[in-house]
Amino acid sequence: MFEYAPAPESRSIVDIAPSYGLFIDGEMVDPIDGHPFKTVNPATEEVLSEVVAAGPADVDRAVAAARRAYEEVWSRLPGRERGKYLFRIARLVQERSRELAVLETIDNGKPIRESRDVDLPLVAAHFFYHAGWADKLAYAGFGPDPRPLGVAGQVIPWNFPLLMLAWKVAPALATGNTVVLKPAETTPLTALAFADICRQAELPPGVVNIVTGAGDTGRALVEHPGVDKVAFTGSTEVGRQIARSLAGSRKKLTLELGGKAANVVFDDAPLDQAVEGIVNGIFFNQGHVCCAGSRLLVQESIAEELLERLKRRLRTLRLGDPLDKNTDIGAINSQAQLDKIRTLSEIGEQEGAERWSPPCELPERGYWFPPTVFTGVSQAHRIAREEIFGPVLSVLTFRTPAEAVEKANNTPYGLSAGVWTEKGSRILWMAQRLRAGVVWANTFNRFDPTSPFGGYKESGFGREGGRHGLEAYLDV
Amino acid sequence: MTTTTSAPSLADVTASDAALRRFLHGLPGVDQVGAEARAATLATRSIKTTAKRFALDLAIRMVDLTTLEGQDTPGKVRALCAKAQRPDPTDPSCPPVAAVCVYGDLVPVAVEALRGSGIRVAAVATAFPSGRAPLEVKLADVRAAVEAGAEEIDMVIDRGAFLAGRYLAVHDEIVAVKEACGDAHLKVILETGELATYDNVKRASWLAMLAGADFVKTSTGKVSPAATLPVALVMLEAARDFRDRTGRRVGVKVAGGIRAAKDAIRYLVIVNETCGDDWLTPDAFRFGASSLLNDLLMQREKTVTGRYAGPDHFTLD
Repeated sequence: MFEYAPAPESRSIVDIAPSYGLFIDGEMVDPIDGHPFKTVNPATEEVLSEVVAAGPADVDRAVAAARRAYEEVWSRLPGRERGKYLFRIARLVQERSRELAVLETIDNGKPIRESRDVDLPLVAAHFFYHAGWADKLAYAGFGPDPRPLGVAGQVIPWNFPLLMLAWKVAPALATGNTVVLKPAETTPLTALAFADICRQAELPPGVVNIVTGAGDTGRALVEHPGVDKVAFTGSTEVGRQIARSLAGSRKKLTLELGGKAANVVFDDAPLDQAVEGIVNGIFFNQGHVCCAGSRLLVQESIAEELLERLKRRLRTLRLGDPLDKNTDIGAINSQAQLDKIRTLSEIGEQEGAERWSPPCELPERGYWFPPTVFTGVSQAHRIAREEIFGPVLSVLTFRTPAEAVEKANNTPYGLSAGVWTEKGSRILWMAQRLRAGVVWANTFNRFDPTSPFGGYKESGFGREGGRHGLEAYLDV
Repeated sequence: MTTTTSAPSLADVTASDAALRRFLHGLPGVDQVGAEARAATLATRSIKTTAKRFALDLAIRMVDLTTLEGQDTPGKVRALCAKAQRPDPTDPSCPPVAAVCVYGDLVPVAVEALRGSGIRVAAVATAFPSGRAPLEVKLADVRAAVEAGAEEIDMVIDRGAFLAGRYLAVHDEIVAVKEACGDAHLKVILETGELATYDNVKRASWLAMLAGADFVKTSTGKVSPAATLPVALVMLEAARDFRDRTGRRVGVKVAGGIRAAKDAIRYLVIVNETCGDDWLTPDAFRFGASSLLNDLLMQREKTVTGRYAGPDHFTLD
């Protein structure tokens, strides 16, 4: 037996303060009306630090700082100068990437392999990419001199804390806006580390402001009259509330919400790579991915063989200490999320789907859920319709390409989809018909700052990344 | 995995050129990007402390210590055989290698030098490395090596015939060589660097396994690229699937360009996570290498003493 010995990444590189304030106007400040709360390591339930749930007065202060910075400094800087700051931030992210990866893993529960090899390289890439745009906006296709919107209020989720920050902050700054960002309640630490990077980069005070907190802080931010633009990534339910509260206001809005993506495997697919794509589609980041391939649609003629292969592969997944460099599946981010995954999985069983997990031992402390596959799922089952946001795969079958399209599109969501076939013409045929913002062909969960990302239908609107992503932050 | 009822009997697939072509081209394809990404991910596994010690010893036991040069002499082969038996003369706990691999004319020297050691003698044959000779010459090459005492034969496939689509010709040649081998184990070298695509690697692996290969082997070491992690992955997946279909375990040998212990460990990780325990033995996985052994020894000593010894502390043979 080739047993891998523990290979933990050292956490000595991170320095977590016992408490943090809010990052407003270039400084860490104490709250006015906010109150402290604790952030924990979801893998151990250990308390990591105390952060502030910013109150309305704190948010007001942050928005005022952002407004001042916008009017006095940032909107007046030539794009070339803004680009320099962004390049500097990108380089600092790279220099500090090991520290940030460890911190992300501790605060979020995701495996260090992913924070190190996926999150951090993409964070740096987003800043580099948008740094390049800052002085080229005249060539982006939005007129000779597209203007920024002003102050952007941005609310991000806990699944890719620093990466979602980068997706929001980099285009906003490149296009000349200033930012008030609220990281998720359970994962504030890398955003606070990013505040330090802004200081290191000598970014003018107030250009980036970070207010930690939960839903109330987020509401205060998006509803603040001083905000010109709201960008939100998170649940469809909260997205609806935001859309309602903004209706009739002058604020520009982009929403990146939930998903229930279909990963469609045809009988001529490269099977071993399709299995990897299925694993990467739903078990990457414990399935805490809005574009996760949570519905496997497999052609009936190969369903049995593919499932055998998938199950054999899942037996090799390594669940455990997220800081261990060989861990594939880390911790669920919070007790609340774990409860939701458990509830929906139980409903799946009650509705008659067959539940399977590989033998795997869950750690005693922390929030854990084994990789789970449901077979015999039909479109009517709740696990085939509702976003679980966990490591739970629902397997359905189809007979013809038309049926695959019909089933794949038969969801209120439309964020992403995957197609697996060796036939190029079928990939194009499917891509034209799938109502999803991203269609991956013979791969899944691949991201690049040059490629626009966003949803159809109840998965939201607006694009992030690429030339299209700039539009969300420009007055066009 | 159980055999699906719709799968054709493997006995029929070699009945004609057309049937064999249908079968090989009917195998699920290999997506290049996906296969390379999977191999790259597995290469990030961090093998430390006890796992590293285990992997290094296992890798040493899997080495086919090889010399395949025009300048090979009996003296050189004897020195290699001595090294094969006691890779680290200062440490009796260091295991011997699996085999010594030489050209056919030097088999008697190796057999003499390794007598009673349990280390096998392997010979390259069939007009290695190009394979460009009439079948009768190739078979004579094999018979001579086996008569001289070789227990393992490393043959090369006819890549020209394979790339021209004459699969049955390649198959029948392997069958003939296998017959000429008698009791000797047959390793079939695909020369994956010349097959170029992963689809071809997969088809050639199946072809060789169907023809009775005991091992499929990546390369001669004379063509670049030689062994790579994704090629090994594709071949191991083929061996795994072949056993699912037939119940027969076919080994995999990676050869050419593997010089660092770190790389050897990466291959073992791929074996472990693709085929599992059943292939983690010298009976089912081999490294064709020469300079790799000294790096394995150097890393092994480091795991014992905590320090690296200089290269002159390891014998050059």
